[in-house]
Amino acid sequence: MEKFTRVQSKPAVLPIENIDTDQIIPARFLKATTREGFGENLFRDWRFSASGQPDPDFTLNQPGQACRTVLVAGRNFGCGSSREHAAWALYDYGFRVVVSSFFADIFKGNALNNGLLPVTVSEDFLAVLLENPDKEVVVDLEEQYVELAGTGQREYFEINAYKKTCMLNGYDDIDYILSIKKKIIAFEEKRKKIFV
Amino acid sequence: MNQPKTLFDKVWDAHVVDKIEEGPDVLYIDKHLIHEVTSPQAFDGLEKRRIPLFRPKQTVATADHNVPTVDQHLPIREELSRKQVDTLTENCGKHGVALYGLGHPYQGIVHVIGPELGITQPGLTMVCGDSHTSTHGAFGSIAFGIGTSQVEQVMATQCLLQYKPKSMRISVEGELKAGVTAKDLVLYIISKISASGGTGYFVEYAGSAIRNLSMEARMTVCNMSIEMGARGGMIAPDQTTFDYVKEREFAPKGKDFEEAVSAWEKLPTDEGVVFDKEYTFDAADIEPMITYGTNPGMGIGVSQSIPRSAEIEEKNRISFQKSLDYMQLEEGKPLQGKKIGYVFVGSCTNSRIEDLRAFASFVKGRQKAPGVNVWIVPGSKQVEKQAVEEGLDRILHSSGFELREPGCSACLAMNEDKIPPGEYCVSTSNRNFEGRQGPGSRTFLASPLTAAAAAINGYISDVRDFID
Repeated sequence: MEKFTRVQSKPAVLPIENIDTDQIIPARFLKATTREGFGENLFRDWRFSASGQPDPDFTLNQPGQACRTVLVAGRNFGCGSSREHAAWALYDYGFRVVVSSFFADIFKGNALNNGLLPVTVSEDFLAVLLENPDKEVVVDLEEQYVELAGTGQREYFEINAYKKTCMLNGYDDIDYILSIKKKIIAFEEKRKKIFV
Repeated sequence: MNQPKTLFDKVWDAHVVDKIEEGPDVLYIDKHLIHEVTSPQAFDGLEKRRIPLFRPKQTVATADHNVPTVDQHLPIREELSRKQVDTLTENCGKHGVALYGLGHPYQGIVHVIGPELGITQPGLTMVCGDSHTSTHGAFGSIAFGIGTSQVEQVMATQCLLQYKPKSMRISVEGELKAGVTAKDLVLYIISKISASGGTGYFVEYAGSAIRNLSMEARMTVCNMSIEMGARGGMIAPDQTTFDYVKEREFAPKGKDFEEAVSAWEKLPTDEGVVFDKEYTFDAADIEPMITYGTNPGMGIGVSQSIPRSAEIEEKNRISFQKSLDYMQLEEGKPLQGKKIGYVFVGSCTNSRIEDLRAFASFVKGRQKAPGVNVWIVPGSKQVEKQAVEEGLDRILHSSGFELREPGCSACLAMNEDKIPPGEYCVSTSNRNFEGRQGPGSRTFLASPLTAAAAAINGYISDVRDFID
């Protein structure tokens, strides 16, 4: 996993609530057996018409949208299917941060496991960000804030201390759990005794 | 006296291997179910790390998401699907995981086969790379969906790093009215608390209406927990649970079973526990439900009309209108009488034997509406076999329907079973998201009975008009 410290970018904004993982990456594109390449089909049915033509009205297809690394979206982002492909697709497309006022649980966990930072802000601050797609946004993980650059409008966000350390250092959970394998085996032995 | 505990707390606390300071708990996982779509990258990860699958005997695999529902004896035609299923077979062989793949008499939707094989039992922790893993909570186990990185974690260590969620109890008291099923009950709950109302919580369903449900019906309720945002839902194990589990393939037998039951009997939530959130509903208020929008919280009683924009909270109006535009429906209008082109009966929500019985009981002696395409997909080979043994296939056949072969099918349309663009489908599945059942498809979620009424009439109907 890549380390994450700070990002500054104009945001791509999707003022839509309940964006589910079927919209982020439709099921028919989940057939790969590797993690790469899902960005191509990110928001597939919103970005492209049935015949495969890009929809010029969709935010991500508009001029100046490429290279934006922060996505700002309506509440309950990432609901629905547990597919981690949704986090992979956003990351592969180039996003490093998703800002919303509310995230679905599984998506949030998946994002954190892949170096994609989910940032929860208040409804009011989300509204400010959604209204200012042409102002740069700074997301600082060390200091835990989001700021609309040059305006002084800043909001602090929460992140669990363990996950923050993982994101800052690029660690993943498996490295950690493998380090306590002896405890796991001891736990299994103890449980066997209880259940026999 | 000890602090009173919830069912969830009892199961959770018995599985904590270690606690990370200011971090998550290390939770031991008893059973890991895997399928072809969310496992290949996890197996790949193990190989890259050069570590073995830690507890292959606690891992069970099946092929369900991608598989065709006709001619399963033939090679899968779609190349990428075939490759994914072949990769699963190869990985299971290499790592010593039991696989109930295509052609196996136990093959089926992962959340249907776990319970029917007795793999799912009270008091366990179970995970799967699929959000509807919540289904298994019907037995009083902690069961939830995980992403592929976590699938890899469980493969590597049989553990997961998890934060303990908040607790919610949803009680439904009283008796369900005729024509009202577990699916209606859960769609009703979601319509009341919204598609995100359960986020951050683990739900316990309680109350007399829940206790009176069969295991199949309880599974339908727990299955949809994720559709209110909750990670999972559980129901306290009772005699109904024990009777279901008894004698199943992988359930404890004889004296072991008796011992297990006496442990399971201690699991229900203690008196005096305070939940972080409580809801109580009256079963008598629930009518057959149907969704009109593009998330499962957008449900109404089948006799009601679609809400008007003015009745929707202002901040939700854009999304509301977007949904209606997608569905090509108008605010304030009723859904009853709406013509539909497709009916799908299946998915981990409603593909069990009781669901097929309910559908068959309604269509018996009636004929399918001309021009309506109906896909009836059993949840597993065992459900299919039982349906044939009970003669349900003959009832279906004489009413103009066919039973297909098991898989996830048109619930998520990864295989060929796609609802065409612009078509309306009354579906017993769990999600009505845009394009969920195929690009441009429009889904009305409902119960198997409401699906049967739509299949016979060719339009959305109130099943109560047809029962005594």
